[in-house]
Amino acid sequence: MDPHAITVEHLTKRFGRLVVVDDVSFTVGRGEIVGFLGPNGAGKTTTLAMLLGLLRPTRGRVRILGLPMPEQRQRILARVNFISPYVALPGNLTVGENLTVFAHLYGVRKRRAELEALLERFGLMGMWRRPTSRLSSGESTRLGLVKGLLNDPEVLFLDEPTASLDPDGADRVRGILQDLRAERRITIFYTSHNMQEVERLSDRILFLHRGRLIAEGPPREVLRRFARDTLERMFLDVAREQVPIPPGR
Amino acid sequence: MTLAVGAERVVALLLRQLYLYRHSLIRSLEIVYWPVMDLLVWGFVSVYVARLQGGGAAAIAFLVGAMILWDVFYRVQQAISVSFLEDVWTRNLPNVFVTPISTAEYIGATMLLGVMKVAVIGVLLAVLAWLLYAFNIFRYGLPLLPFVLNLILGGWGMGILTTALILRYGQGAEALAWALAFLFQPFSAVFYPVRILPPVLQHVAWLLPTTYVFEGMRAVLGGRGLPWAYVGWGALANALLLAGAGCVFAWVMEIARDQGLLLRVEG
Repeated sequence: MDPHAITVEHLTKRFGRLVVVDDVSFTVGRGEIVGFLGPNGAGKTTTLAMLLGLLRPTRGRVRILGLPMPEQRQRILARVNFISPYVALPGNLTVGENLTVFAHLYGVRKRRAELEALLERFGLMGMWRRPTSRLSSGESTRLGLVKGLLNDPEVLFLDEPTASLDPDGADRVRGILQDLRAERRITIFYTSHNMQEVERLSDRILFLHRGRLIAEGPPREVLRRFARDTLERMFLDVAREQVPIPPGR
Repeated sequence: MTLAVGAERVVALLLRQLYLYRHSLIRSLEIVYWPVMDLLVWGFVSVYVARLQGGGAAAIAFLVGAMILWDVFYRVQQAISVSFLEDVWTRNLPNVFVTPISTAEYIGATMLLGVMKVAVIGVLLAVLAWLLYAFNIFRYGLPLLPFVLNLILGGWGMGILTTALILRYGQGAEALAWALAFLFQPFSAVFYPVRILPPVLQHVAWLLPTTYVFEGMRAVLGGRGLPWAYVGWGALANALLLAGAGCVFAWVMEIARDQGLLLRVEG
């Protein structure tokens, strides 16, 4: 068995002359929580899209759970899941209908009682019949998490999971993610702009700047290397280029 | 096992459509609203023409029969492209394409949806045509069936082609979902024989798969038996259209995966 949940080698994506992801390589171990950071336009979403098979790399290789993406796309996607507040579930279906449809899409045979138990765990009890469009941001994000766990994924990709949540909602989601890792040893690969959250949650961080991976390691180690006190300070200095940017790894 | 899992994913997409219709009376009524309006207008026009020209039942049969068969083609095409647009409007495409669904399963579900819609519309129109105009399409029975199947093939082809164009050029191209099929209509001799067209356009007409269907339909309704040549040529042309559309869609999906169109098709 491949010890890595995610292996990325020399990943590059160009759109015409614009290089959006530039020769990025990294691995993520099974059961790790890895924060994928970088200013807007750094190439995070593009990298995520390549990991999920939505976008074909110009160069380089991606392996998820030991299988090559996109060649083994269907086998990989059955074992992973993706959640983003920017890709909400269709608002014109009820919560229950959305979960039923996605359970079938993942080929998962979960009875309604099991799905409702999942909803209850995420504080969405009694919402089976509620139209998804009528959920609050926090409820919507938690429903996304329920959808994300339908197929008991081995790897969970999250794109800014706490964006648009109030501190209480964000804290609940972080708690859920930590529980999930502890209970199921899920690998979590997530992007976030909340640096305190990243420091609290991540075993390791990957820092992307202008498409290049400029730092990798446990948060404290990265901070020591950049001689900064907090990830927020480091993020601001990198974004404003007030720190010597090391060459891409 | 793989086939069963694939079928389950197709069922998932059909279920979603069912839920959408269950929630919206307007959406459900819209399935039958336009076909019924078309039938009323064309039915009464044909009654008027029949009285004016003394064409009798034949004029009604040609026009109402053509209208019903055209609807088969148009609704099958539209079911495919509008299903895709549903995912664009609700920004659900990335959600769907990060599940293990294959492109063939996704398109297959929309094709099945088209057939299901047409079955509902077809039966309703046939009953209304019988009640309002004493035109019993079932009297012609089996001979019309090969033409209906031909139109479903052609509708699938046009639907897939339209969807490919929307995926390639974004939501700005969504009008094609309603408009593209009508590009065929004037040259397919839907409501009149091919010989009515100017000679140059007659050559164009015989290049279209739909022309064989409507010429064949007139032969059947006119009591001239089932013209197997039209069935054969129509099937060949429709199969070519479907295969060509499939190739175009596969090519556009490659472009989509290269340019990230699945993430920003609404743009």
